[in-house]
Amino acid sequence: MGTNTNSHQRNQVEIKYHRRKHAEEMKQQLISFALMIILTLASFAAVLYKDKMDPYFTVPFILLLAVIQLVFQLYYFMHMKNKGHSTPAFFLYSGVTVAVITLLTFLTLIWL
Amino acid sequence: MNQKFTAETFPHNPEKATEEGKNKFLAFWLFLGGETVLFASLFGTFLALRNSTAGGASAAEMFEPKLVFIATMLLLTSSLTSVYAMYHMKNFEHKKMMLWLGITVLLGLGFLLLEIYEFRHYMHEYHFTIKSSAFGSSFYTLVGTHGAHVFVGLLWITTLMLRNGGRGLNLYNAPKFYIASLYWHFIDVVWIFIFTVVYLMGMVG
Amino acid sequence: MSSVAKKKPLLWDYLTTVDHKKIAILYLIAGGFFFLVGGMEALFIRIQLIKPDNTFLVGDAYNQVLTMHGTTMIFLAAMPMIFAFFNAVVPLQIGARDVAFPFLNSLGFWLFFVGGVFLNLSWFLGGAPDAGWTSYATLALHSKSHGVDFYLLGLQISGIGTLAGGINFLATIINMRAPGLTYMRMPLFTWTVFVTSALILFAFPALTIGLALLMFDRLFGTAFFDASLGGNSMIFEHLFWIFGHPEVYILVLPAFGIFSDIIPAFSKKRLFGYSSMVFATVLIGFLGFMVWAHHMFTDGLGAVANAIFAVATMAIAVPTGVKIFNWLLTMWGGQIRFTTPMLWSVAFIPSFVLGGVTGIMNAAAPADYQFHDSYFVVAHFHYVIVGGVVFGLFAGAHYWWPKMFGKILNETLGKITFFLFFIGFHLTFFIQHFLGLMGMPRRYFTYLPGQGLDTGNMISSIGAMFMGLATIVMLINVVYTAIKGKKAAGDAWGVGRTLEWSIPSPAPEYNFAQIPYVRGLDALWVEKMEGDGKMTPAEPLGDIHMPNSSILPFVMSVGLFIAAFGAMYNDQLKNHTAVGVLILGLFITFGSMFLRSWIDDHGFHIHKEDIADEGVEA
Repeated sequence: MGTNTNSHQRNQVEIKYHRRKHAEEMKQQLISFALMIILTLASFAAVLYKDKMDPYFTVPFILLLAVIQLVFQLYYFMHMKNKGHSTPAFFLYSGVTVAVITLLTFLTLIWL
Repeated sequence: MNQKFTAETFPHNPEKATEEGKNKFLAFWLFLGGETVLFASLFGTFLALRNSTAGGASAAEMFEPKLVFIATMLLLTSSLTSVYAMYHMKNFEHKKMMLWLGITVLLGLGFLLLEIYEFRHYMHEYHFTIKSSAFGSSFYTLVGTHGAHVFVGLLWITTLMLRNGGRGLNLYNAPKFYIASLYWHFIDVVWIFIFTVVYLMGMVG
Repeated sequence: MSSVAKKKPLLWDYLTTVDHKKIAILYLIAGGFFFLVGGMEALFIRIQLIKPDNTFLVGDAYNQVLTMHGTTMIFLAAMPMIFAFFNAVVPLQIGARDVAFPFLNSLGFWLFFVGGVFLNLSWFLGGAPDAGWTSYATLALHSKSHGVDFYLLGLQISGIGTLAGGINFLATIINMRAPGLTYMRMPLFTWTVFVTSALILFAFPALTIGLALLMFDRLFGTAFFDASLGGNSMIFEHLFWIFGHPEVYILVLPAFGIFSDIIPAFSKKRLFGYSSMVFATVLIGFLGFMVWAHHMFTDGLGAVANAIFAVATMAIAVPTGVKIFNWLLTMWGGQIRFTTPMLWSVAFIPSFVLGGVTGIMNAAAPADYQFHDSYFVVAHFHYVIVGGVVFGLFAGAHYWWPKMFGKILNETLGKITFFLFFIGFHLTFFIQHFLGLMGMPRRYFTYLPGQGLDTGNMISSIGAMFMGLATIVMLINVVYTAIKGKKAAGDAWGVGRTLEWSIPSPAPEYNFAQIPYVRGLDALWVEKMEGDGKMTPAEPLGDIHMPNSSILPFVMSVGLFIAAFGAMYNDQLKNHTAVGVLILGLFITFGSMFLRSWIDDHGFHIHKEDIADEGVEA
C-alpha cells in the first residue's frame, strides 16, 4: 500500500524545471488571493453603501461575488484545474447540485 | 515504509504516489461532496428562519462589518499560507512547509478567538442566544458548526506537525498534509458563504 | 509474519478484524438479529390488529412497537444486510484484495452496531421512541419519555457508520478495479453498489442535520421547530425526506443488482441490455433526489410544487420499467434452473411490479389525498420493500452463502422458506390495499367492528404468521447447513460468470493469489467460453500486503455509545454526572482517533511461499 511506484532519480535539470513550474503555480495562487481580497472588499463595500444602490441589486451581486471566490478557491487553491481531478470534480458538483436543490427548497417551500 | 527521500527522488505529486495516497485523495474529495450537502442543509435552515427573531434583535442591529471583515481576512490569508505550505512540500522543503503550516494555525486560532469574542458580545449585549429565537438557533448552529470545523482543522494540522516534525517528508505523511490542507480550503469556502449569506445579507436587511 | 502462523481466538478475531469478508459476516449476523427483532415487532402489531377492539397492545405501547418496527427494519436490518453483501462480494467482483479503507470499514460496522444497540436499549430505559419511524418534529418534540432521544442519538451514530461505508465503497470501486475491468465491464451488482454509495454520500448529511436539529430542540432547548419562537416544523419534514427518499433507493438498488447477477447465472444467458441497465441505475439514482416531496403532498405546499414532484415521481418508473423488461428478456430463451435464489428472483418481478404500480397511483397528488396515511400506502411500501429488498436479501444470501461460508444452503429447506414466505407476504399485504381503500388509517392501534375491516385484518395477520414460520425454517437451514452441509467448490453453482466465482469457497484471506486480468464483461464467463476457464493473472506471484487488524474501531464506537448516554441525560448541561459521562465518552472516541493518527500502521505481508501452501481454506 505504501510502496513508492515512482523510483525515478531526477537530475538537476529536472529539479530546476519542476521548481520553476511550482513557482509559476504559486504566482497564480498569489494572484488568485489578491483577486479574492478585491472581491471581498467589493462585497463589503456593496453592503456598506447599500443605500446608494438598488436593493434588488445588492444581494444577487454579493452572491455572485461569493460564487466567483468559490471558483478561485476550488480551481486554484484546491488544484481542481490540475489533471487527475475529473472524478473529484464530478462528485463535488453532484454534491453542489443536491445542495442547490436543498437551498431552493428552503427558500420557496417553507412558510408558516 | 522507512524509505528516505531526497529532493531528487521525492515524487512529483507525493500525495498521490502510493495507492494509499490515491485512495485518501479521492475519498477526501468525496467527503467534501457530502459536507457540501451538510452545510447546505444548515444554510437552508438558516435562510428559512433568518427573520424569525421572536421580537429580539435582528441581524442588521447586531452585526458589525469591521469584525466580520477582520475574521474573513484572517481565514482567507490562512488559506493562502496553507497553499504556501503545500508549495514547499512539493519542493521537498520540510522546514518551510512546517513554518507556513504554523502560520496557518496561528491565523486560524485568531479567527476562532475573534468568533468566541463575537458570540459572547451578542449574548451579553443583546441576550441573543441559541435558545432565544429560531433565528438564534439557526445562526449559532450554522456559524458554530463552521467554527467547530475550524477547531477540528487546527487540531488536525497541529497533530500532523507535532508527529512529523522530526522525521521529514515521506510518502506516508505527504498525503496526510495534502488532505489537511484541502480540508482547510474547504472551510474557507464555507466561510465565504457564511459571511455573504449570514452577515452581509443580514446587514442589508 | 505469515497469516498461517497466528491463529487468534474467535471473539478477538472478529472484534479486531478489518477483513471485508469477516466484516460481511458481522453485518449479516447483526442485521439478521435485528431482522428477527423487527419481525417480532411486526408480529405484535399483527396480533393486536387481528380483531377489532383488541387489547393486546394499545396506546403508547403500540406506538412504540410500530415506530421500532419501521426504524429497526430499515436502519438496523435491511441496510446492514445490504452492507453484508457489499462487503462480501464487491472486492471479489472487482478483483481487489480488500476495500480502500479496511480500518474505516470496521469502524462503519461497529458504529452501526453500537447505534442499533443504543436505540434498542430504550425498551429497558423508559420506553422506545413512539413518533413513527419518520419522527416528525411536532409530535417528536413533545414525546415525554426519552424514547425519541434514543432514536435521534442512535441513528446519528449508526448514520456516521453508513456514511463511512458509502465513501469506502465509492473509493474502492473507482480506484481498485483489476486491470482490464473498465466501468462498463463491471458486474451489475457492483454498479448498483456504486450508485447506492453515491446516494448514501449525498443523502445522509441531510438526515444528520435533521436529527441534530431535533436533538438540539429536545435536549438543549433550541427553537428550530418551536413555532412560538419562530421555528417551523416543515424544515424537519424536508430534511427527513430529502434523505428519506434516496434512502429507499439505497435499499432497493442493491437488490436490483443482486437479481441482475442471479438471473443471468441461472438462465445461463448474459444480462439483456447491460448498458441500458447501467444507465437506468444511474438515472434512478439521480431522479431519486428530485421526488422527496411526494411524501408531503398533503402538507399544503401548493398545486405547482405538488405537480412537479408528482411528474418527477412518475418519471422514475420509466428506468425501473426498463430494468423489469431487461430481466424478463434475459430469462427468455435461457436455460432456466429454479434454484432457491432463482425462485426468489422470479417471484420478485411480479411482486415488485405490483408495488411499483401502486407507487404510480400514490404519485398522482390528487389521488394521494385519499391514500395518504391509509393502509394503501402501507401496502405499497411493503410490496416494494419486502417484494424488492427482502426478496433480494434472501436471494443474495442463498446465492453467495457458499462464497461466504463454504457451503450451499440446503435447497429443500430453502424452497420451503420461499413458499411459506411468498404466500404469507401476499396474504399480509395484498389485502391491505383494500383495507386502505376502505378507509382504514395507518398507525392506529385498533379499529371498530362492523366497518368491513375485520376479515381483511384477520387474513393479514395470518399471513404474518406464515412469514414468521418461514423465517424459523431459514434459521433451521442455517444451522443445518453449518453442521451437515457439503463443502462447495469455488464456482459453487457451476454457472459463475463473475470474478468472485474464480476463487475458492470460502475466499482465502487475501482473495486473489494474483490479481486477475479482465478481458470483458462477465470476466469469468469469457474465460470459460474462450479460454481455459481460469483467470489469467495480471501480476507475478509475490508477497501480498495486508492491513493490520485493530481494536480501535470497536473502542471508538463504544466511546460514542457512552457519550450518547451523557448527551441524553444532560438536562441542558445541568446534570453534571451526565456531562461527565458525555466528556468521558468523547474522550475515548477522540483519544482513539488520536492514537490511530499518531501510531504508524503499515500493515504486514503474507509471503509468497505461504500463498502456495495455504490451499483452499483461509
